[in-house]
Amino acid sequence: MYVSSVRSTGPALPGGRAKHAVPATVVGLGVVSLITDMSAEMVTAVLPLYLVYGLGVGYLQLGAIDGLYTGATALLRLAGGYFADRLGRPKAVALVGYGLSAATKLAFPAAGSSLGAIGLVIGADRAGKGIRTAPRDAMITLATPDGGLGRAFGVHRAMDTAGALLGPIIAFGLLTVLVGDYPAVFGVSFCLAVIAVIVLAVFVRAPAGAVERSRVRLRAGFALLRQPGLRGTCLAAAALGVCTVGDMFLFVGVQQSAGLPPGALPLLPLATALAFMALASPIGRLADRVGRWKVFLAGHVVLLAAYVVLAASAVGWAVAAVVLAAHGVFYACTDGVLMAHASPLVPESLRATGLAFVQTGQSLARAAGAVVFGALAAGTALRPAFALFAVVLLVSVLAGTRVK
Amino acid sequence: MRRTWAGIAAVVITVAAGAVFVGSRTGGAVAEQPLDLARGGLLYVDESGRVRQDDRVGPSCQRVDVAAGTLACLRATAVPDQAELVVTKPGAGPRTISEWGTPSRVRVSPSGRLVGWTVFRSGDSYLGGAGTFSTTAGIFDLDTGSHYGSLEDFALTVDGKPYPAEDLNYWGVTFARDDRTFYATVRSAGGTWLVRGDLRGRTLTALRRNVECPSLSPDGTRVAYKFREGDRWRLHVLSLADGRDVPLADPAHLDDQPQWLDDRTVAYGRDKAIHAVPADGTGAPVVVRPAASSPAVVR
Repeated sequence: MYVSSVRSTGPALPGGRAKHAVPATVVGLGVVSLITDMSAEMVTAVLPLYLVYGLGVGYLQLGAIDGLYTGATALLRLAGGYFADRLGRPKAVALVGYGLSAATKLAFPAAGSSLGAIGLVIGADRAGKGIRTAPRDAMITLATPDGGLGRAFGVHRAMDTAGALLGPIIAFGLLTVLVGDYPAVFGVSFCLAVIAVIVLAVFVRAPAGAVERSRVRLRAGFALLRQPGLRGTCLAAAALGVCTVGDMFLFVGVQQSAGLPPGALPLLPLATALAFMALASPIGRLADRVGRWKVFLAGHVVLLAAYVVLAASAVGWAVAAVVLAAHGVFYACTDGVLMAHASPLVPESLRATGLAFVQTGQSLARAAGAVVFGALAAGTALRPAFALFAVVLLVSVLAGTRVK
Repeated sequence: MRRTWAGIAAVVITVAAGAVFVGSRTGGAVAEQPLDLARGGLLYVDESGRVRQDDRVGPSCQRVDVAAGTLACLRATAVPDQAELVVTKPGAGPRTISEWGTPSRVRVSPSGRLVGWTVFRSGDSYLGGAGTFSTTAGIFDLDTGSHYGSLEDFALTVDGKPYPAEDLNYWGVTFARDDRTFYATVRSAGGTWLVRGDLRGRTLTALRRNVECPSLSPDGTRVAYKFREGDRWRLHVLSLADGRDVPLADPAHLDDQPQWLDDRTVAYGRDKAIHAVPADGTGAPVVVRPAASSPAVVR
């Protein structure tokens, strides 16, 4: 309600015509994300990342790695958002990001034997992701009437996650048919990434609102933060982000408390992704109706409940299922919903820059949270660390209710 | 409209290129050929992960060993973090043992009766610094079907006293001729030891510090191993009778379990090639086989 009072230029959508609520541009971007995630996740699934992330690395290093990967793209997100607005061509900037990630798929086989080189290639892949995210989200908002933003983002994120789920299945299917043929996996991954770039270039219409080139300077972008609505959103999202422990810690916590074999660790993100995929669209729609910020905060409350369960160290498969489902709900309530909440607070000419600020603040904060949690877990143990994070998350959620 | 068709054409071309690429990998795959395990000669794993013996192409394995006609092949499965050991003994069907972890070492006893393997449970080899990795080593008796699941269940003695620590990691099993005695590496509290194991008594005795990945010579008198100096390992040969220890003529850093080509020559994988060096510390390393790893000798 407060969202529409801030800005309500878009036509209100009648609830019964939800079929037409998601514009073709959003579906197109969803298809691009689906294929790209398929391509990216089939590579991630076969890289020995699970070993880097494995229990043997030590909590402090685990936190640093998680933090590094989450935070590394922060600057490029801002750059991507800024150039999208500056050039008035979010689609072109997004294409650069998707193209860069596609090109890195060819570099993986060459980097195969050296861990440092693999790190560099992954870095380039993440850079591509950083560049494309803000312009892509800006295109979603520019193509969608304000009233349907939550649903539009929900649909996009659900498609995105579907791709992430399909990727490993394709990869292990290929490896089973062509025993141990990793170059084939990288080759197919490259082809998929190229197809996604073609689909984006040819079949996705850039939203009309973005054509006009805005003469923004970086200063104008920073001036956005002086606006109380966006600043409050950024600060609250960051404060809540610091209180998140990082995905890998949650999965390690689940694996340990449920007493699962370490080999089950790579499978746990799938459970989270399934819940996220199933719920992203309905929760986005709910957010349009009851208020996006409320749903965003509710997602953190669900995450808090998961921390409490892990801190209480309840044992068993059921606990693992509950925590992973809660983790999926958390993503469905926060990932697209935050963008849907923030975008009406930003003028159209600065849409990508504004969204990049929110995303960057959130991802840097989440990275910091993972590092802090890693240090804490290394100093004490997983359980008390989860308990402490539950407490600070509660405080942040309470503070977050004051954001208007 | 023209743009749409161009887009469709581009997608179709990409899909076709991908299909041709995958198809070429399928077509290029050579069917598995029977290896001649009576004839002698060198087995190894080639660049594409297949076992080779001269011009014959065997099964897909990361590590291979052979003795008295028994072939042991340790490989990763399509399921992440899982390994399987496939053993074929003359006169019996192939036997598969599944293990969580990634393949690291495999050995067959000289009689072909026992197989020993090592998998990494976490921490890809030595990544993440010393002491953060975890291995599991086991032994299987093909005659009795006894599965010595993990050496961690054996009783370890260090300096004459029972050693009850929890942080034990075993790897690199090598067998003596009696099908009872074996040697391996144990790591605990930052130190590594050569241990001698007794399969019947389920005991392990630490013999010497800083020894990793032992390999018993065919005559059973010496052990080739990696000697640890900080983060570097160098190939040495230890005489079991008198404890005399000779560094071999390859000063390069080594990360492999050596293999005796005969009683005078030790082979090992380094820089994506199989090298060999005299076992008495003289001479110089030579490349036995480029683009290969995991040497095994048919005897």
